[in-house]
Amino acid sequence: MGWVGAVLALGTVALVLAVVHRSFGDYMATVYTTPRDWRVERGLYRLLGVDPRSGQTWQAYARGVLTFSLVGLLLVYALQRTQQWLPYSLGLPAVAPDLSFNTAASFVGNTNWQSYSPEQTVGYTVQLAGLAVQNFVSAAVGMAVAVALVRGFAHRRTGTIGNFWVDLVRGSLRILLPLSVVGAVVLMIGGVVQNFDGFTDVTTVAGGAQSIPGGPVASQEAIKLLGTNGGGFFNANSAHPFENPTAWTNVVEVLLMLAVPFSLPRTFGRMVGDLRQGYAILAAVGVIFVASFAALTALESAGSGTAPQLAGGAMEGKEARFGIVGTTLFATTSTTTSTGAVNAMHDSFTALGGMIPMLNMMLGEVAPGGVGSGLYGMLVLAVIAVFVAGLLVGRTPEYLGKKIGPREIKLASLYILVTPTLVLAGTALSFAIPAVRESVVSTTIWNPGVHGMSEVLYAFTSAASNNGSAFAGITANTPWMNTALGVAILLGRFVPIVLVLALAGSLARQDKVPATAGTLPTHRPQFVGLLVGVVVILTALTYFPVLALGPLAEGLV
Amino acid sequence: MNATTRSTGRTLGVAVRAMTVLTLLLGVGYTAAITGVGQFVLPAQADGSLVRDGDGTVVGSALIGQGFTDAEGAPLPQYVQPRPSAAGDGWDGAASSGSNLGPENPDLVAAIGERRAAVAALEGVDPADVPADAVTASGSGLDPHISPEYADLQVARVAAARGLSEKEVSDLVARHTEGRALGYLGEPVVDVLELNVALDESTAELGR
Repeated sequence: MGWVGAVLALGTVALVLAVVHRSFGDYMATVYTTPRDWRVERGLYRLLGVDPRSGQTWQAYARGVLTFSLVGLLLVYALQRTQQWLPYSLGLPAVAPDLSFNTAASFVGNTNWQSYSPEQTVGYTVQLAGLAVQNFVSAAVGMAVAVALVRGFAHRRTGTIGNFWVDLVRGSLRILLPLSVVGAVVLMIGGVVQNFDGFTDVTTVAGGAQSIPGGPVASQEAIKLLGTNGGGFFNANSAHPFENPTAWTNVVEVLLMLAVPFSLPRTFGRMVGDLRQGYAILAAVGVIFVASFAALTALESAGSGTAPQLAGGAMEGKEARFGIVGTTLFATTSTTTSTGAVNAMHDSFTALGGMIPMLNMMLGEVAPGGVGSGLYGMLVLAVIAVFVAGLLVGRTPEYLGKKIGPREIKLASLYILVTPTLVLAGTALSFAIPAVRESVVSTTIWNPGVHGMSEVLYAFTSAASNNGSAFAGITANTPWMNTALGVAILLGRFVPIVLVLALAGSLARQDKVPATAGTLPTHRPQFVGLLVGVVVILTALTYFPVLALGPLAEGLV
Repeated sequence: MNATTRSTGRTLGVAVRAMTVLTLLLGVGYTAAITGVGQFVLPAQADGSLVRDGDGTVVGSALIGQGFTDAEGAPLPQYVQPRPSAAGDGWDGAASSGSNLGPENPDLVAAIGERRAAVAALEGVDPADVPADAVTASGSGLDPHISPEYADLQVARVAAARGLSEKEVSDLVARHTEGRALGYLGEPVVDVLELNVALDESTAELGR
């Protein structure tokens, strides 16, 4: 089957996305631009005390995002710390302070890094009232920020970029909730569980004892993927048969992850009044995605390395029903979308195969990236690309009729520096501070040799990029890792958001400049090539040295 | 109180009310609605695809693999054996996990060599004929499936232990082999628990 299977699986996904992205992208554009509120929304706005018609400056918008996220952080922290008194907690005790902080930061930051094993740590109330809610609203926040940036390009000579509370409510109620209901029901048909039964003890056929887990899994699974969150209800995440029971639910889960990120460029094109601009972004995304999927599939199918060669195939950590292709399609999707769900253990991938998910994250989570965050990340890189092109020909760069001046370039440059700084500093400090190094080497690292360094590098890449997947052999439930990764998640999420909103404000204030003969067209293959080039070169220059110490050292010797 | 403090305080109030309402709606309401659909429309799946033996006793889930070994951990010859499991001490439904051992980890290399030798000895075959899924632990540690190749490898031993013909056993294997979804997604697999329950039933019917 091999390559034929890979092409057919990818073709199926591409076909479905090609069909749905048009109407879905247009629908999202309507959601974020229509002046009409649903009746239930009007009631909500009255309850919140906000005027849905009043636009916000970028500062007020950012204050809304940060305050709302802070409240979410405190709520998720408090729920975990009081778990022993909550209903449906399965008799589990309160979660430790450092782990509670890490988990709260992780779910509020749309990352869903999990330093814990859910079956043994969190009961149903924390899952559904804390974690699942953040799966919805952290995704809605990402979409809101992306839409605010698009408004920055679309609006002219205005101080406002929309209303955060309206964007939050509409994104949650009109986009994420209805699709989650559909996704949850489809997943239940495939066998995903949805109950409040706790653990059911059975006597097995051979006379042994086994605990069959239960839980409201389908409801959480749908939004975990749709919101590109990725936090598993179970420790094994989407490798667990109760989260992802069949080869076809596997494709449904891939589609759920891609639905919003692949349709948002169309929304962007619609909102700036030029669909070709959206398709240029989508083309760049498609090129990177297909190249990444092909590379990972080739590396895992080849199965090089001592253990895969001895086993006769790279099946350690993979499920029989998915096989190699079902695994690589899911892993590519999950790490290019910032979801971070896994249907196999990336730690057991071949050495170079395991580098591909890392590279996907290091590209900046833009191909297509997380819901919202992928689009704003790619638009920032487009700003960098027109700047580079402007330097080459000696003209003032413009993008979508907006001049890219010193302020815009400063904001874009700071944006692309945040994640690499967190990744490299976090990894370096883990080995440079003597006391920390001792804890990392003796407790955190699971595999010996350079693979252990890769586990730490993967962890900080995942946290700072808000992905959430892991080389899961790592023991991250230590005070250093919980704290450092939690801080990396928060800075990796909210510093870029503030920079993007500042950029949106600065763009919205400008008038449009008419296109001239000297304007670089940003909808042609030439620009798509330039954009892909910028993404790849930035990543390669930043991360090549550290990759040479980890996966390259392991895979090339 | 200056204007900034006032507006920050006001924003905080809005944020707290928004989080409360959304928690009730998206956490409690949504979960309850999906649970309702699951319990009333799709109860078999929602409750975990439970498998019952001939007497109607629940013996596990079709989606959750289990071990078929004796108290000492030796494989029971009358049962088709599943993949190795890294969940807890093996097949622990409360501790799903892969081994997370890297491709060059000496422990993994050693384990694969031992498993290959053990499977080859149990089935009486050449170690080179043991397929990859038989010597590798799955991602969940609860993989309910094996490849048709690994199932075929076990037919002769299971038939001998049960006094069935090899054809009877391989017919049952064929009946419990699931093809690729839609004909091209994933890999063909055999559900080990369902196959073993069927083997017990057919053995009981024949009074052997």
